[in-house]
Formats: sequence, structure tokens, C-alpha cells
Amino acid sequence: MPVVEYREALRQAMEEEMLRDPDVFLMGEEVGFYNGAYKVSKGMLEKFGDKRIIDSPITECGFAGLGVGAAMVGMRPIIEFMTWNFSLVAIDQIVNHAAKIRQMSGGQFNCPVTFRGPGGAAHQLAAQHSSAFESYYAHIPGLKVVMPANPKDAKGLLKSSIRDENPVCFIEGETMYSDKGEIPDGEYTIPLGVGEIKREGTDCTIIGWSKMVNIGLAAAEILATQGINAEVLDPRTIRPLDEDLIVASVKKTGRCVILEEGYPFAGVGAEIAYRISQRCFDDLDHPVARLTSMDVSAPYHRQVENSIRPTPEKAADLVKKVLYLG
Amino acid sequence: MAQLLDMPKLSDTMTEGVLRKWQKKEGDSVDPGDVVAEVETDKATMDYEAFDSGVLLKFLVADGTTVPVGGPIAIIGKAGEDISALLASIQGGGAAKPAAVAAKPAAVAAKPAAVAAPAPASNPAPVATAAQSTANRAPAPVAASAAKADQGKILASPLARRLADELGIALRSVTGTGPGGRIVERDVKFASETRGAVPASADLSFVPPADSSLPSPVLPERRTEARPAPLPTAPGDQLIPLTLMRKTIARRLVESKSQIPHFYLTAEADMDAAMGFRQQVSEMHGAKLSVNDLVLKATALALRRVPECNASWTDEGIVRFTRVDIGMAVAVEDGLLTPVIRNVDGRTLGQIAEEARRLAGLARDRKLKPEDMTGSTFSISNMGMLGIDHFQAIINPPEAGILAVGRVRKEPVVKNDQIVIGQRMALTLSCDHRVIDGAAGAKLMQAIVGILERPMTLAF
Repeated sequence: MPVVEYREALRQAMEEEMLRDPDVFLMGEEVGFYNGAYKVSKGMLEKFGDKRIIDSPITECGFAGLGVGAAMVGMRPIIEFMTWNFSLVAIDQIVNHAAKIRQMSGGQFNCPVTFRGPGGAAHQLAAQHSSAFESYYAHIPGLKVVMPANPKDAKGLLKSSIRDENPVCFIEGETMYSDKGEIPDGEYTIPLGVGEIKREGTDCTIIGWSKMVNIGLAAAEILATQGINAEVLDPRTIRPLDEDLIVASVKKTGRCVILEEGYPFAGVGAEIAYRISQRCFDDLDHPVARLTSMDVSAPYHRQVENSIRPTPEKAADLVKKVLYLG
Repeated sequence: MAQLLDMPKLSDTMTEGVLRKWQKKEGDSVDPGDVVAEVETDKATMDYEAFDSGVLLKFLVADGTTVPVGGPIAIIGKAGEDISALLASIQGGGAAKPAAVAAKPAAVAAKPAAVAAPAPASNPAPVATAAQSTANRAPAPVAASAAKADQGKILASPLARRLADELGIALRSVTGTGPGGRIVERDVKFASETRGAVPASADLSFVPPADSSLPSPVLPERRTEARPAPLPTAPGDQLIPLTLMRKTIARRLVESKSQIPHFYLTAEADMDAAMGFRQQVSEMHGAKLSVNDLVLKATALALRRVPECNASWTDEGIVRFTRVDIGMAVAVEDGLLTPVIRNVDGRTLGQIAEEARRLAGLARDRKLKPEDMTGSTFSISNMGMLGIDHFQAIINPPEAGILAVGRVRKEPVVKNDQIVIGQRMALTLSCDHRVIDGAAGAKLMQAIVGILERPMTLAF
């Protein structure tokens, strides 16, 4: 099986879909001539030309709206945000238009647009460029929210997102673009709404997505040296959530720790914890615990920024706490 | 500035301490580390060392006084200081002025004078300030387990509850190691794994983890099914609804078996003389005495001789009864009742026989009143008439013992180096090991068997 970088997996997904379907095009800042702000679309302008790989001005609201319009008349756009922080400038197009056009038009219009780009923090990008916005978009009926944690999931999920008839918010991770991983030979897709157990275990379910998956796996390694066997579950799609997978896991282990890069209040973890409390009430040995970023805007100073984020050590400590092991 | 010394909190579970003995006199000067007094807690007697240097200006309590944690016990300061304001504030009912009050922790010696089980001697406990000196404040982990008993509310995780239910373990009998005394899965697992392991001998070497700082049991193996599958039923199988009596029997006996550490002593009585005695009574007085009547009286007289077996465990102490009221197990349709014969040691055999018959009749007719069935200090269960050679009965809480009587067996025995026909009867005494140790149980058995083998002594 080939080993590729996360960014390469994404490119393969887009290229395959563009070869397969002439209505797919990519638009965003620096996607063409610059080969992509993070080199995700490297070589694609040369391959597909400037009618399908389109460099946009710095106008998120404008080109997001353009994507919505194009989707409404039958095209299948991929709209790239340089980071999801900038999607806030276009949030009206995403939430009030892409998400709602189908319902508001009584089904006359569809909006199969895929919004993609890196979400969450990188390093020292400070307060306005470091936020995790999946909870914002997962809140809205009419949107799907997808967050791959590795190259294999990135390629399979992006292909499915592009083919999906609904608007999809596809949130990548800036610090993951260089991550290498095995991907299956040949063409494959991964269905939306299906999670994956990244590590089987028996003593506690650690739920994490995107960057938190590696944190969870590292925490599980720490715990393994202490005789604790943690299960790591990656939902992969945030909305719709693979609730059955989560419930089966928590019923098995009796404990759950959620790792979240975002802020605590009304985060995705809060929704997951609620669902677990509904369906796993009698299976829980301890209330669902949550490790999120600290409830502060991201500082610029490196050590201070690092201190607000979940780490494997903090995650392992929290797992021990829900096991009443101090 | 004169300061109050308070009764320190020397263990998690401590709510009050006894100031056993002052080791200094009023007016003595002390340096940090000097032992000021001996303090007795629920776990051990420990030295209370001075934290500061100063003069012990006044002792507020005498030797032997019980003081709640945080209560003032002495005043320390400079020689000749005026402590009238401080004294007034204490007399004023505990609303002490903050300026006069020391808020620092008292240093506690790391070497207790007499050590009982797990005394966390390395944790100096913070002393409550005098602002709360009269209130008996027990902090969270302690209060929860005390409160749990007080309010009857048991803290347990949903998983622990479900597991306890499945395993048939009473939550009240499980010690919780979670926050606030919460019973969690491993506690129920631990209880289930260790319950069956109480040895018949006196040495109970395990203590359930009451302190969450003690090492906890290894993580239990995960059950992968939610519940064990019930036995499959077939047409013709019945589902018999639970009667109140059945539910009560179930509840009390589960409680007994899971909370009382049972051990069992068996002895055989040579019943030749006793059976002969019965025969004589029948011929002389025309009254029929059952073997059980003889056992009842023999047991009652024996309990007078070994009063430590006529007792009951309570959290405040072991109650020793002067009366001997014996519960007599009576089989009734679809169940079992235990009416009580009062004052067995004071009645004649004839009176015992009459009362036993009367109560058994009432039991079978279901005419027993609740007061007929409560207040026994000991119980006897006889399965001899059902052909049972010997058995082990389950103690009826809150009693400390029950005697199980088997049938009188005619069998070859050795007497004077000859094989002759003898009559033997097995008696098995179940004891609550918290109250009755092996030796005491054996003494009781020796007395019962001794009296039965010398039936004339029943006339006492």
C-alpha cells in the first residue's frame, strides 16, 4: 500500500474526482499559481487549467457565495478557505445559504458544495488564527462536517464529501499536512457518518477527532505502560455523528474521555457527552470527562500557547481519573 | 499574641478526639516539637506536638475530655499575657474574633503511641479555625460516608448499581472508593470476589479498602455482555410471584450472608442420657418433651454461662444481653418463620415445650404477631425431623449466632473399647466473627453438648 503525505492524499482525492466529474472545480486563495497555500493543490493548475483551478481574490464571502451559486445550478465546487478562521467572513454564505437553500426552496435547489481547508491551531498564529470551528458548523441543520485525522481518511472522506449532495464543511489540520500514512491501493471512498476505532481497548473510551486522534493514541501508549488498556475512537464525521459506534464502545468500557481542540462551552464534546448520557446511563462507572483547550483565546507566546492545549499526558491523567486511579 | 490550640484532625475519618492526658502543665514553656498531650482518635493514640514555642497559658479541657475536631483545647502565648478576651470569645459560644485566632495547622507527631490499622501518620492534618470551633465539621470524604449512613443514600455509579444487582450484592455492604465514598465498579467486583473467602478460622487478614489512598484492586476484567442470559424456559415452567415473606427472607438472608462474617463450629452430642431423660419425663409427668425442647433449654443455660455469645454487633459497640430470648425456626407453607420464646433460661422444660408448641401452631396458622417474631438474642433451627444429619444455618441479623440441630442418629459407637449402639446428634453453631471468636463459640458448644449429655443439669 502506498505511503503518502496527508496533503498528497487530499490532492489525489480532488484530482480523481475532477477526472471523474467535469463539474468539479476548485476555487480559493493561492490554489492555482502558488500551488496551494499548503501545497495541497500542487500541480493541479497545470493539469486542469484555469477554468477548473481558480485563484480568487481575498474575498471569502464572495467566492463562498460564488460556490453556492455554482452548486445551485449543477456544478460541484470545492471552495478552499486558507484556514477555517477566515470562513467567518463567509459564514453567512455557508450557514444561511448553502445549508438552507434546499429547505427554503422546497427541494428545488441543491447545494453540493464542499468547503475545505485547515482548521484549528497551527503554531503561534495567535488569537484570531487559531480557533476550532467545527462546533459552529455542526450546530446547523443542512450541513455536514467531516474531519479526517490521517491520509487514508483524508482521501476517502474528501471523495465522499465531493460526491455528497449536501454542503460539506471539510476541516483538515494544518499541522497534519506532512503526516505520512498508508492509503489503500486503487480507488476507494469512506462513507460519511461512519467512525473508526483507531485502537481497540477495554478500560476506557477515548474519543478524539482530527489532531486529537494522535493525542489520544499517545495517551493510550502512556496508559499501556501503566496497565491500562484504552480504546481510541475517531468519529471521522462530526455531523452526522456515528452515535452507534460511540455507544457500543462506551457500553463496553464503561468510561469515556473526550479530547477536543476547541473550547469547552457548547463544543462538539458536549453534544457527544449528552448522547452518551442518554444511551449509556447504566453503563457508566464515572461521568463522561472532557479535555478541551483552555477557555481562552490562543496566546502568541509559544509555551503559553502550548499550555492551553490538550496533551497526551493530560489526557492520560484524565483517563486515570475516570478509572478512580488518582 | 495568645492563640488557641485546637483539637487537630488526625485522620480522614476523625470527627472528635479524646484528650487522653496532658503531658505538660499549665504555665510550662514549650518549643516546637515538644509533646504537649496525648490525643486518642478513632484509629490510634497520637502525640500532639507543639508547633510554636510559647507558654501554655491555659488548658481548656481536662484529661479524658472528648473534643470535636477543631474545638479549642488550650491557649498558648507569652508568659503573663492577658487572655481574658480570648477566653471570653470561647465562652461566647464559638463565634471567636478572627484576630485572636490561630489558623495554622498543628504539627502532629509521626509516631503514634499505639497504632491500630491504617493510620495515615505521614499526613499532618490542618486544624479547623476557632471560628468554626464548636461546629463538628467533617470534611467531604468523611462526611460522605457518615452522611451516607445517616441519610440512607448510597452513592454508586450506575454501572456499579447494575453490577451489584446482577451479582446479588447489597450495596450497603460494599465500601466505596470513589469520591464521596461512591461505590464504583471495582468495589462491587472486589466485594464479589472476596465475599466467599472468609475463612472459618479466626484470622481475617484482609480489610476492605476504606481509604482511597490505599492501593486499589487490579482493574476487573470487563464483562462484554450487558447481563447474563436467564435460563431458557419451556412450556409448563411457572413464574411464581414473590410473596412478602419470600422477599423478606431473601432480603434479610442476603444481608446476613453479605454483611456478617460467618464461621461454623460442629460438635456431636451423645444423646443416650438425654433420650432416656425424655422417656422418664414422659412416664412420670405424662408430658412429651421434644429433643428441640431440651436443646432450647440447654442452649439458654449455656448462653448464661457464655454471655459473649448472647450478644449483638452495633457500630457503637457489642451489646451483651441479660435476657435469653431464643428464636425458633418453624417451617410453614412456602416459607419459614422464627417466633421467639422469651426468657428461655428462666422457664422450666415443661413451660418451654408448651410455649414452643403454641408458637409453632400460631406460625403455621399465620397468626403470629410482629412482636412475636422480633427481639431474639439467639436462634435455633432444627432439621432433625426432616432427616438431616447436620447443616449450617444462616445467622438472623442482628443476632450473633444460630445453632443448627441435626437428627438423633442410632449408629455403632465405641464405648469402653466395645462397639455398641449409640445415639448421636450433630450440632453446628454459626457465629458472627465480629462478636464471637472461635474460642467463645467453642465454649458455648462445649456447654450445650455438656448439658445435653448430662440432662439432669437441665433442672437448673
